[in-house]
Amino acid sequence: MGRVKTIARRTFLIGSAAIAGGVAFGVWRYKTPYANPLLADLPEGAAALTPYVRITADAITLITPRADKGQGAVSLQAALIAEELDVTLDQIETDFGPPSPAYYNTALAGDAVPFRATDDSWMAETVRDLADAPMKFLGMQITGGSTTVPDSYDKLRHAGAVARETLKATAARLHGVERSALSTETGTVILPDGTRLSYQSLAAEAAQTEPVTDVTLRDPSEWRLLGKPMQRIDIVPKSTGTQDYGIDIDLPDMLHAAIRLNPGQGAALTSYDASEAQTMRGVQKIVEIPGGVAVIADNTWRAIRAAEAITCDWAAAPYPADMADHWQALSDSFKSDAQDSQFRDEGDVEAALEGGTDIEVEYRAPYLAHAPLEPLNATVRYTPERIDIWTGTQVPRFIETNVARITGLDRDSIHVHAEMIGGSFGHRLEDEVVRHATHIAMAMPGRPIKLTYSREEDMAHDFPRQIAMARGRGRVENGQVTAYDLGIAMPSVLSSQMGRQNIPAPGPDLQIVAGAWDQPFAIPDYRVTGYRAPELAPVSSWRSVGASSNGFFHDCLLDELIHAAGADPLEERLRLCNHAPSRAVLEAVGEMSNWGSAMAPGQGRGVSYCLSFGVPCAQVVEVRDTEDGIRLTRVYVAADVGRIIDPVNFDGLVKGGVIFGLGHAMNAQITYAGGATEQRNFDQYQGMRLYQCPEIEVRGLETADKIRGIGEPPVPPAPAALANAIFAATGTRLREMPFDKHVTFA
Amino acid sequence: MQLTINGADHSLDDLEPDMPLLWALRDVLGIKGPKYGCGIAQCGACTVHIDGQAVRSCQVAVGDVWGPVTTIEGLGTPDTPHAVQAAWIDAQVAQCGYCQSGQIMQAASLLTETPDPTDEDIDDAMSGNLCRCGTYPRIRAAIKTAAKSMSEGA
Repeated sequence: MGRVKTIARRTFLIGSAAIAGGVAFGVWRYKTPYANPLLADLPEGAAALTPYVRITADAITLITPRADKGQGAVSLQAALIAEELDVTLDQIETDFGPPSPAYYNTALAGDAVPFRATDDSWMAETVRDLADAPMKFLGMQITGGSTTVPDSYDKLRHAGAVARETLKATAARLHGVERSALSTETGTVILPDGTRLSYQSLAAEAAQTEPVTDVTLRDPSEWRLLGKPMQRIDIVPKSTGTQDYGIDIDLPDMLHAAIRLNPGQGAALTSYDASEAQTMRGVQKIVEIPGGVAVIADNTWRAIRAAEAITCDWAAAPYPADMADHWQALSDSFKSDAQDSQFRDEGDVEAALEGGTDIEVEYRAPYLAHAPLEPLNATVRYTPERIDIWTGTQVPRFIETNVARITGLDRDSIHVHAEMIGGSFGHRLEDEVVRHATHIAMAMPGRPIKLTYSREEDMAHDFPRQIAMARGRGRVENGQVTAYDLGIAMPSVLSSQMGRQNIPAPGPDLQIVAGAWDQPFAIPDYRVTGYRAPELAPVSSWRSVGASSNGFFHDCLLDELIHAAGADPLEERLRLCNHAPSRAVLEAVGEMSNWGSAMAPGQGRGVSYCLSFGVPCAQVVEVRDTEDGIRLTRVYVAADVGRIIDPVNFDGLVKGGVIFGLGHAMNAQITYAGGATEQRNFDQYQGMRLYQCPEIEVRGLETADKIRGIGEPPVPPAPAALANAIFAATGTRLREMPFDKHVTFA
Repeated sequence: MQLTINGADHSLDDLEPDMPLLWALRDVLGIKGPKYGCGIAQCGACTVHIDGQAVRSCQVAVGDVWGPVTTIEGLGTPDTPHAVQAAWIDAQVAQCGYCQSGQIMQAASLLTETPDPTDEDIDDAMSGNLCRCGTYPRIRAAIKTAAKSMSEGA
């Protein structure tokens, strides 16, 4: 994990290698400060160089292995390299690169160990480092967990610096001058006499130069790009209709496929009748696949229409058919033998609550679809010798594993081409679409086939956000919150998601209590317990994962207790908070919202706070109760990521995260009837629309000592701030999402 | 069927008249700017202009097209963007960007009909276009910037 101020240790060495017509710089070899038995057995390929910088006579190409699903990952990764390489973003090309274990995510494991993000102790840091080794061993090239910036911050700047210094060393050797006498600027090495040598002109010779690996990263005060507003590389294509996504792939001789899957997700196809579909115009082939049937046709519309004309008999869903049974399973999980964790147990909660409670409440959060606007798609060309896959994915290595299993091909024969993604929110952490597309392509070897899900199939097979329930109680005394007891029950997302990859997930699932157990409050008697509900509908990581429901539970219970104590919601949170960056974000939203100032009748203001993915985030939502219903008027939000790489992108991601959190809390849920989702399209599931969008004011703080990502942390506090504001305006406590089950929104 | 798309004439006699314009554009003519998002006029990602009016191309049968069609590709280009596209670039509206072709076409149509839109006009015109990333604050700002630059240019 990148530290803002100093690099704790060197965990990688950057080497170089000759490539056709030029040179490549990349991770040469992983190095740890202590002997680690897992590393001794690293396979040969894992130590091989995989480039981040590729320079040939034609082009400077920066490799950005983390998926871009709208969060600006390509630009952020390119800027980190470019800052040290001394190139401008309009001089370079970018490439997602091939899947490789060398691109494994160094930041993901740090958040998967049971130490609070606020814990900097030796023990916590050591365990985080040890957790990193299996990540590397598994070659976890994953985009997720708001880790792209923390994972890349040191690594990519190093790659850029090594490439720059090696190019200087090359020029020094060729021109008989000292490297220290040279400088670099906009893709050129400048000789003492002012002559400029382009990097491309040095590329072939640089491959013959011993790489300069002893580099010092520039101090942020010297940065040209980082920390300043940047124009994202993709902004012009995305504003002119010229950005291609996976769904836009077009290959010679390509055919199109559509799919019908069992609406009971994961269950089998019993029988089907495709006699009508078979005769429809453009249909080339009907293919049975695991759990469903596919149509291959000459265009997408004909394929979708023919797929809809197939009549199917389906086996029953492998989970309860109706919602009442899902909720019952959660309700039944609040018992000691279902206890998954109790990482927070301070004081003596049982004794404190013996004499009774001031608040005793239950909260609920529904299943939620990811529903990015680009429907799932994958284009596959299969031959018995090799397979090519074009798709947007956060898990390219998992795809290789699964495609190898389905086809019997070895990894070297599997070629995954990463594509730009039209939104994900975690949807592209699943690879089922690629598995289906592979089965379909195997039915017509040699022909590229693009499988596009209809919106209805996509929403019915979304692998939704977990359903969750919480029970909270507490005591107040002398105007203060003194006892807080929260139990949370949900199925394990980790186990459901990793189970589909055949990767065991032993031990407690931290996501069951994420955003709740690790909050920096000093409440005398304070307990957070996680209960593992049985596996229900298959679930997956949804933007902010466990914290997406738990941020709501934890903060709303605190708000209810603060009101019961008769204290001020902001003042009491600040009094209880024992973490400086967290206090700072709370103080910031207090100042921004002019907290405490008078509001007109029917208006209300709610504050909330959640620490997730290591980022403290506070929000104040203001609402007005109108004749047409509740109107959201303003939101103030402050978050601390240690260092902001691009303030324009930061502002956009924070606002988007707030809108994502608010919109789903207002009106979205996935429910099951007869084992199938009742929502299939955006008329039944939508999130926020423009007319409902409040004005949002963002403040980014940079006081925390580790650099963090901002993709997810703005989501968890949003529903709580809205619920607390609606209470302030109307006196109605909302304890169940979506809120439109209980109030109307204007 | 003869269609004029971005100023060029296309003969689509071989197609079923009930094929949605969206799929004729994307899969038959290779015009990929209009996006498939829902197929039922609930997201607006497929928005194009017919005779200057914003329509959902997933709901218009190719046999019913009543005038010249303009897609995002015909509105402006990376080198010569339309005022609305320039405002979108300047405000850095896009995140995933998948809905933005439709948002831009909807906004361009709004500004043709209502050159100086109020907040309410913007809410009314733009709320049929879904953005799952939550770029609404920048969409509002970009529309106001575009309105200003278009009125100054006029």
